[in-house]
Amino acid sequence: MSEPVAREKILKGINASPGICIGKAYLVDKEGVDVVEKYSIKDEQLKGEVKRFKAAVKRARDEFHTILKNRPEELQRDYILETHIALLDDKMLYGKTIEAIQSEGVNAEWALKKIVSSLKATFEKMGDEYLKERASDVVHVSDAIMRNLVGVASKNIAAIDKRVILVANDLSPADTSQINLARIKGFITNRGGKASHTGIMAQALEIPAVVGLETATTAIKNDDLIIVDGNTGTVIIDPSEQTLFEYEERKSGYEEYKAVITRESHLRAETTDGTQLEVMANIEFPEEVISVKNYGGDGIGLYRTEFQYMNRPEFPNEEELFEKYHEVVELMTPQPVTIRTLDINGDKAIANHSGLNEANPALGLRAIRYCLRKPEVFKTQLRAILRAAAFGNVRILFPMISAYFEICEAIRALDEAAESLEKDGLAYRREIEVGIMMEVPSAVILADLLADKVDFFSIGTNDLIQYALAIDRGNQNVAHLHQPLDPAVLRLIKRVADVSREKEIEVFICGEMAATARHIPLLLGLGMDELSMNPQSIPRAKRVIRSLSVSDARLFAREALKKKTARGVFEMIQATYGDIIGELEYH
Amino acid sequence: MAEKEPKKSRETTIINELGLHARSAAQIAGIAKSSIANVWIQKDAEKADASSIIDILTLACAKGTKITIIIEDLADIKLLNAIVDLVDSGFEE
Repeated sequence: MSEPVAREKILKGINASPGICIGKAYLVDKEGVDVVEKYSIKDEQLKGEVKRFKAAVKRARDEFHTILKNRPEELQRDYILETHIALLDDKMLYGKTIEAIQSEGVNAEWALKKIVSSLKATFEKMGDEYLKERASDVVHVSDAIMRNLVGVASKNIAAIDKRVILVANDLSPADTSQINLARIKGFITNRGGKASHTGIMAQALEIPAVVGLETATTAIKNDDLIIVDGNTGTVIIDPSEQTLFEYEERKSGYEEYKAVITRESHLRAETTDGTQLEVMANIEFPEEVISVKNYGGDGIGLYRTEFQYMNRPEFPNEEELFEKYHEVVELMTPQPVTIRTLDINGDKAIANHSGLNEANPALGLRAIRYCLRKPEVFKTQLRAILRAAAFGNVRILFPMISAYFEICEAIRALDEAAESLEKDGLAYRREIEVGIMMEVPSAVILADLLADKVDFFSIGTNDLIQYALAIDRGNQNVAHLHQPLDPAVLRLIKRVADVSREKEIEVFICGEMAATARHIPLLLGLGMDELSMNPQSIPRAKRVIRSLSVSDARLFAREALKKKTARGVFEMIQATYGDIIGELEYH
Repeated sequence: MAEKEPKKSRETTIINELGLHARSAAQIAGIAKSSIANVWIQKDAEKADASSIIDILTLACAKGTKITIIIEDLADIKLLNAIVDLVDSGFEE
């Protein structure tokens, strides 16, 4: 027998999305998603390849000139842009790339990437901060050429032609919106906590993700074979035969388990004492409606609308927005679709909105604040939503309400949008339910006032926890303190639930908290009317609900609220419901 | 092929605040591009092609750096003088 080979390496991180995958690693560049394929060019085709490169440079130059021409008169002298134009045919970039194509017989994209990487390295070694930054000019210019080489549609990561596991320092929403997601088996990142964007994205896609690994991008090389266990937060690099075998088994076990609970998910979730609870889905893309249907969602509890605003030079117009909303509403009807209005924040930067360079974006001009400041942007979206409402059951949800006047202004804007549609003679429906996100502590405190203006509250636990506990969930130094079970958080949720009951409006919960099986007894006991979560968590949530009784859950919640620490609440859950949930959770 | 002996060179000093940055390098390169033979910028033992912005930038010439502009063909003498004037004027910044 040969000795066991000690080549396999194990990394531990945070399990951000369940599931197991085995595959080849694909490292994403620091600057973002940037994938360039390498292939050889036959001698007789080298001339053509050089020509292709030159044509791309020419198109990039034309682009720059167009930008320059369209500048207002007083800005005609744009030295940066002029320098970029001059850089386009700089010997060290242009000449060297052509040389590399010819001497190495490789495609233009690869040659360009190689030359730019070495130039970047040269600049980055410089002592002078200013000169160091000049690398960005070179990168900018080469990006423009690259774009013209590969064409916008197939840019960057879209060029991946096999299913891979993405390895990155961090993935921003802008990065992930460029990925051809069907090609990704799993995500692993150095940074991020449990509720980071990468995790939410992976859950939406139903692929495993492990985040907060710190050293993933240095420990893993391109094409390494890796196992990602999103259930336990483990990543194994270069696994041994035996480990591979073991994980193949675990993988099929997990998939079997998922299939079983999915089968019964199309039925309503009813507690043992006869209360029906709606289990809704959070979605970001219209395509996700399919998984909502597959997993038996009772409707859409949160439709995030930011994606249409990302990665583009200008805001979408009303038709584009309407088209997407209409698609979702029509597919879901008669079930409700809760459309949340634009919630831009620091994490989801909009390309065409300059001036959003805030030191503290989470506390800055975001969501409803931004929309009220930009009435035209807001109105365009409100009109699209009201038009879509004519085709099914739409509810509108305003994010980040932190003061009474904000909901008044938002409703006024909605009325104005309806009036303008009336004037234009377009089909729309104004009699829709209006709700607000409960995610800022001030809104919770003012819940009684706000309740008079709306039909429902939707508790966004991720942000509510962040603002209530002053924890940045993306910061791995404090991410462990982002505790849904913190007594302060539970009291806030209780207040929202109590006010809702008193004012006879509905109360929903749509944060990640609702997706965690062990939190469900508590949420049920606190009086939630609806839970909304990522689609693939729905079957398990329904299963948990079917095993609970509301009267027991109420008593339990009352006791749990007496606990002084998150730990105390957690232990009480384990002691009371550990058996039920343990059976349902997958190990 | 061995480089030709420089037929003419002039020394000058960078006086503008930012040194040889992207814009000033672009101005030099713009002039040097129309040369008949090679035009070089020398700083200590390092030499950069004056027609390449990137190459000039990699010399990392801060304010106060002494540089030598070198031409290989006397026909480029006008260019040489123009570049030196440009540097001496602090790139009209």
